[in-house]
Amino acid sequence: MDAVSDSTIQEILNGNMRTIARLISLVERNAKERIELIKKLHQYSGKAHVLGITGPPGAGKSTVTDKLIGEFRKRNKRVAVIAVDPSSPFTGGAILGDRIRMMNHATDPDVFIRSLASRGHLGGLAQACGETLRILDAAQYDIIIIETVGVGQSEVEIVRYADTIVLVTVPGLGDDIQAIKAGIMEIGDIFCVNKADKDGTERTVREIRAMLETAILNNAPTRFTELYASYYKNHQSDSAVQHSFAGHHGITNLPGHELPIPLPPVIATVAETGKNIQELADAIILHGTMLKETGLLEQRRNENLLWEIENMVLDMVTEKINSSESRNQLEKLVASVQLRKLDTFEASRKLFEYLLH
Amino acid sequence: MSDSKELQAMLSAYDAEVEKSLAKYPERKKQFTTGSNAPIKRLYTPVDIENLDYARDLGVPGSYPFTRGVQNTMYRGKFWTMRQYAGFSTAEESNKRYKYLLEQGTTGLSVAFDLPTQIGYDSDHPLSQGEVGKVGVAIDSLADMEVLFDGIPLDKVSTSMTINAPASVLLAMYIAVAEKQGVSPDKLNGTIQNDILKEYVARGTYIFPPEPSMRLITNIFEYCSKHVPNWNTISISGYHIREAGATAAQEVAFTLADGIAYVDAAIKAGLDVDEFAPRLSFFFNAHNDLFEEVAKFRAARRLWAKIMKERFKAKNPKSWMLRFHTQTGGSTLTAQQPDNNIVRVAIQALAAVLGGTQSLHTNSRDEALALPTEESVRIALRTQQIIAYESGVTETIDPLAGSYYVESLTNRIEDEAAAYIQKIDDLGGAVKAIEQGYIQQEIQDSAYAYQMDVESKNRVVVGMNMFQIEEAPPKGLLKVDPSVGERQTARLKELKSKRNNDSVTASLAALEKAAKGTDNLMPFILDAVKSYATLGEICDTLRSVFGEYQQKVIL
Amino acid sequence: MARKIKVLVAKPGLDGHDRGAKVIARALRDAGMEVIYTGLRQTPEQIVQTALQEDVDVVAMSILSGAHNHLFPRVMELMRQNKLDDVLVIGGGVIPEDDIPGLKAAGIAAIFTPGTPTSTTIEFIKANLKRSLE
Repeated sequence: MDAVSDSTIQEILNGNMRTIARLISLVERNAKERIELIKKLHQYSGKAHVLGITGPPGAGKSTVTDKLIGEFRKRNKRVAVIAVDPSSPFTGGAILGDRIRMMNHATDPDVFIRSLASRGHLGGLAQACGETLRILDAAQYDIIIIETVGVGQSEVEIVRYADTIVLVTVPGLGDDIQAIKAGIMEIGDIFCVNKADKDGTERTVREIRAMLETAILNNAPTRFTELYASYYKNHQSDSAVQHSFAGHHGITNLPGHELPIPLPPVIATVAETGKNIQELADAIILHGTMLKETGLLEQRRNENLLWEIENMVLDMVTEKINSSESRNQLEKLVASVQLRKLDTFEASRKLFEYLLH
Repeated sequence: MSDSKELQAMLSAYDAEVEKSLAKYPERKKQFTTGSNAPIKRLYTPVDIENLDYARDLGVPGSYPFTRGVQNTMYRGKFWTMRQYAGFSTAEESNKRYKYLLEQGTTGLSVAFDLPTQIGYDSDHPLSQGEVGKVGVAIDSLADMEVLFDGIPLDKVSTSMTINAPASVLLAMYIAVAEKQGVSPDKLNGTIQNDILKEYVARGTYIFPPEPSMRLITNIFEYCSKHVPNWNTISISGYHIREAGATAAQEVAFTLADGIAYVDAAIKAGLDVDEFAPRLSFFFNAHNDLFEEVAKFRAARRLWAKIMKERFKAKNPKSWMLRFHTQTGGSTLTAQQPDNNIVRVAIQALAAVLGGTQSLHTNSRDEALALPTEESVRIALRTQQIIAYESGVTETIDPLAGSYYVESLTNRIEDEAAAYIQKIDDLGGAVKAIEQGYIQQEIQDSAYAYQMDVESKNRVVVGMNMFQIEEAPPKGLLKVDPSVGERQTARLKELKSKRNNDSVTASLAALEKAAKGTDNLMPFILDAVKSYATLGEICDTLRSVFGEYQQKVIL
Repeated sequence: MARKIKVLVAKPGLDGHDRGAKVIARALRDAGMEVIYTGLRQTPEQIVQTALQEDVDVVAMSILSGAHNHLFPRVMELMRQNKLDDVLVIGGGVIPEDDIPGLKAAGIAAIFTPGTPTSTTIEFIKANLKRSLE
């Protein structure tokens, strides 16, 4: 297959699953042709609503994803899923286990599901995910879901490609809530407390709301505050929006804030039975609408692109600094430093300049 | 005690002698282990069973804790039921095979259903394609069941049916056929497997999620205690758990943990423990390690008796008894040199008999290759008959009792199983442990370890990883006529055009309503069956209310 | 660095005996491959679509119900329809010797019967891949 011929590009635009699948493989194995591919596809991307679903292991993310696919399909959306497994080892084999929950959608021509595992390093996975996203976006999927385990900061980075981020947790994790609080609370747009038929669901919902309030009080950088506040303000006379915010969102009065502050939705689901999945889908779609209406989508994508490009540059630098030529150069510089011909500051500047050429 | 001092001195001297010999002649292996990978000592002596209290731990046959058997005369009274699992193709074909087996001296029938029947699909369902009549008989409606038992008096035979998720429907069909023969339900003898928990864990023919499945099971308990009093309402099965790779102790542990879950569910549904517990039965595997297997059966009996008496406060001694069926281990059979399997089956069957089984199925030599031929089935049955009539092991009860080795194995398996049950209790019981994948994970770890042991030849399987020969492909295997599916589909079409479809619709509507409420579903299922509603229609009605189970896969 | 071999381990048909499928999935993983397991009761359509979307190198099917003569050729037919000719397809389970030539003619590269060591399967896969690992 000629990776980037015009007919290949056309096949992607037409949604040819086999071509899409093979080009994702190209991206996965970091093949050079992918650079030209992304270049040609870039102009066609940017239309999809990109959804990130993350949370601790065992929260039921893939079941939530499976049920959301069904819900979006009922609304006639074409859906693609990237199931990312950052916990797989960099070397050696892996079992990619998320897809098994989504087998019911395997034969739907308007659903495309792909597993991505670590190959090389975590940064490589994030980059492959971003490029896969571009391909699926160009293939005209309406909603693209990135599903990944998120426990620590670095893993969560992967969902930074998303317009809307759903954090999935379960009642009674205790310590994991702390982990969410410490690492990733501030990036969530929608909170899903799954397995809500378990004891302690209400407590978990309350705890999440309390943490969100604390975050606002401490002026912690959250993605949601500005968006929800501005949308809420614009729709003060819209009873449906009022109702929605009074329900899953919750509105809070905080000291030092004149107006009541809308919180992100916290939705208690039982994905196994489909309970409240419709509500979750509603909240996701509404979030997309809010982003567009308030103009914050552009701002958010700016932030995401900034992060993405910054990361790509860091990757390039890492790659270049690890090349044998650079190592040679570095060793020469080190020798000069040892001989007290150069100081460390001068040496690093020289290496930096070398890297730029 | 001077006895014990003398013994200690004797053993120390022995150990010293052994050390000397070992220096010259090392043993065959560094570590000796049972078939389930538990360490085995060189020698077992009274020291190993010091704490054994005969009256407390063994007792006499027919009395608590039943270590030595559930009846007081055991096989001196009567042999176990020789029950060969059979069924394939259409109801007519299977009916012929049953009649043949009865003529050959089988004393109980055991019905194998095909996979669509076990999963509640009719033969014309898209997923049934290629599966109809393959691993058992295809039953779509009461009409098929009438043919299956044609000419077999249901008040004279005991029938075991390997059916789980749709057990209520097949039991209803059996009751309906009996009524047509003029046999009332209280005259019926037999067993339905009806054990959904091990389907989630090991066997895979589930339909509904755990909660409604447990309801169907307790509905059956309740219905049978009133109307079909001699029916074994469940066969709590370790067989498939073992086949999936569990060790002997895990087989006991996970089976009894499932048993506890059923008893809990029935008590929660308002039944009195002594009302249903005497009708609970069990189903175990028999593998090649003779002594460990015998110990397993003895340990299971003692542990269950304690659980029923102490945990559930059952008062009726029948509630304490663990009665069980045994099948020899399918996964121990080799496709290579298949005649060797006859010997394996003989050892396994011997273990079951020495372990005090109530009924036994012996596998046929060719089952790693295909469904068994009539000749293979006959050899398998003859194996049981040789043990019964010629070996002499049946002439006294529990002949291995008191063996230092067997008693210490029995203790070890009971302890190990009790520890697992404690762990499962801590997780919230068997249903929760299954939902979390805990039991599945433990079994898979054992299965993988076993496979690696075989591949590294740490474990020898004769004819497979040692003593191999070049052999010609086996001839004369049983083939199921591939046109069964078409014939069965045509029959369904005919049935649907001939039956009274209004009464089918009405009975299914009533069932749906009942399923949404809390009534016992058995009478509604019986009505639907009698109106010739198909198995698929009945299960679809229940699916629409209960939903379907999603497998929890742990790798 | 050569990429990892990607394998779809699939259970077509209705039988629930997945001990073999799970053991092979783990063994392939331990041999350094990326493994996707479908779970039970998969239709040929589901298996082929998954193979296509995941762009796997190998499809390894396990079946013990006796429905292999119906299901395996159906999978091969769909593989061809979807132009997945460069994917290696193998099968395992209780499959009578007599049926094997027919299944091979349908395009199944190898059939592994009970007792086959996982190492044999692994070696077969490595030696018979239809695509480059570059």
